[in-house]
Amino acid sequence: MDFHLTREQDLVRQMMHDFTENEVKPIAAETDKTSTYPRETIEKLFDLGVMGMIVPEEFGGAGADDLCSAIAIEELSKQCASTGDILATHNGLCCGPIIQHGNAEQKAKYLRMLTESHKVGAFALTEPDAGSDAAKGTCTAVLEGDHYVLNGSKIFITNGYVADVFVVFAMTDKSKGTRGISAFIVESSFPGFSVGKHEEKLGLHGSPTAEIVFTDCIVPKENLLGQEGKGFKIAMQTLDGGRIGIAAQALGIAEGAMEESMNFAKTREQFGRPIAKFQNTQFVFADMHVAIEAARLLTYKAATLKTEGKPFTLDAATAKLFASEAAMKITTKAVQIHGGYGYTKDYPVERMMRDAKITEIYEGTSEIQRVVISGNILGK
Amino acid sequence: MKAIVCVKQVPDTSGKVAVNPDGTLNRASMATIINPDDKNAVEAALKLKDETGCKVVAVTMGPPPAQGMLRELLAMGADEAVLVSAREFGGSDTFATSQILAAAIKKIGLEDDDIVYCGRQAIDGDTAQVGSQIAEKLGIPQISYAADIKKDGSKVTVKRMLEDGYMTIETQTPCLLTCIKELNVPRYMSIKGIMGCYNKPVEVYDYNTLKDDPLIDPATIGLKGSPTNIFKSFTPPQKGQGKMLEGADMSTCQELVSELQKKHII
Repeated sequence: MDFHLTREQDLVRQMMHDFTENEVKPIAAETDKTSTYPRETIEKLFDLGVMGMIVPEEFGGAGADDLCSAIAIEELSKQCASTGDILATHNGLCCGPIIQHGNAEQKAKYLRMLTESHKVGAFALTEPDAGSDAAKGTCTAVLEGDHYVLNGSKIFITNGYVADVFVVFAMTDKSKGTRGISAFIVESSFPGFSVGKHEEKLGLHGSPTAEIVFTDCIVPKENLLGQEGKGFKIAMQTLDGGRIGIAAQALGIAEGAMEESMNFAKTREQFGRPIAKFQNTQFVFADMHVAIEAARLLTYKAATLKTEGKPFTLDAATAKLFASEAAMKITTKAVQIHGGYGYTKDYPVERMMRDAKITEIYEGTSEIQRVVISGNILGK
Repeated sequence: MKAIVCVKQVPDTSGKVAVNPDGTLNRASMATIINPDDKNAVEAALKLKDETGCKVVAVTMGPPPAQGMLRELLAMGADEAVLVSAREFGGSDTFATSQILAAAIKKIGLEDDDIVYCGRQAIDGDTAQVGSQIAEKLGIPQISYAADIKKDGSKVTVKRMLEDGYMTIETQTPCLLTCIKELNVPRYMSIKGIMGCYNKPVEVYDYNTLKDDPLIDPATIGLKGSPTNIFKSFTPPQKGQGKMLEGADMSTCQELVSELQKKHII
């Protein structure tokens, strides 16, 4: 067992830390306040090869491993969980399934778009009546000659109104249940594709979430990802990987909140001394530290297993469950340490608390993670 | 055509500064960074590479761990790196350091259309002497405090930043330029750069590699060859806190005049 990062992973952390401090931190509050998609930041992340970093070199990426990607998401999320979310979705939920399930032509075309051409990626699975129960989707895809015709809508789609490339799941044979779901690569420029409602959310205001609508949307036959009827498996495998990204995002949010709180506690004086001198405050930080260390080890372990090609479903769910709940607890405590100041927008911890909440919900709620974990350890 | 960049690994003075009992910096216990002005020099070299496709070679003198810094420069886009490292070179002052670095640059090979870039000064010694001394020892023109650089063939035009204005100077390659932070914004390492930086060459020049150069004379290198002697190191006393006057009324102005008179400034 080796707890050290590789030299490359160390450099990725250093570079992403510098980038986040210089480029992300200064605009994080404004991004949240104005609900603005951080377009310039994302362009810079494309220029630096962070967007799509896990894509193999032959298709325009850097061939970075899953832990490098997790570290990048973690560092961004220390200051801006929205930016971390955009990256996590692009890398894990769009590049990921195309790398894993795409054929040579799809990889050559779409992975280059998602790296060199600066096209943003998204993942469209959730529907109004099909959240945790993804098999209940009603979006359909019917093969007509050389193309599929998609109809239906998807909701809560991260990167929804900025993305160019979507991995979309639709029923090709409703009678087969989950075995009737297929995956498609859909471009936002395809006829019949449109963006519906832009969601107004509790947090992640810089992350563009929207409804996606397919109205007789024409998708070329060659854009079927994997085999027909294998979409549910592709979705579940993709979410396994995506959960590592969300665990990393939650970890980053928790770390950011702890750092802010320690800086505050060292300078905020009450009863004649900094509040960090009170044992009550010190114990809160001790608990935060323990939770963050545990979250980091779980997250990095899951990422490492994925890179090694070993089973990681249980580990990803464990990491995601623990890190997201730790982030929620730590950010709530961070607001408490800040007292009245923490409840205002003058300090970033209220934003971090709002941002943390979604990590317990998306890419599988905490309850679904417990289903996955218990199913894996007890047997089905 | 090449761009050769001289860089130095320095203690990170934004963190905790550790001092030995004899007053010298305890470098081993401090985090290290690339000297900030040197990063501007690296960026200038990489910009020349972007424009012309030239090769960028980074060179540093220091202990073996300085290789880590060289990898960062390779991840930023430098093509090759040279670590000049030997026990005989230890303890060199600016004079001795410039002897050794000049010899290293000669070993790398200084061609007619090459430019050597240095940072203005290092944040540990703050002397701003090494770059200029390297140019003297190489016998090439130098322009210090470069705030803007334009290269047109063998002609190099540099805007020098001075305390009270700018001076524009034109020279020919090969030449040496010392760079200031106003010159550019250093780029970040790229992910592709990071993934490839350990596959790029880092050559180590030890004493034996350079010993045949006339500049490498035991009398002019290392601690023994350094004319500088440190008698005492100390932290200068902190300056008194400034006094802020606020307001646009007559009484504030009178108070300001009174304060300036007390200090015999007016």
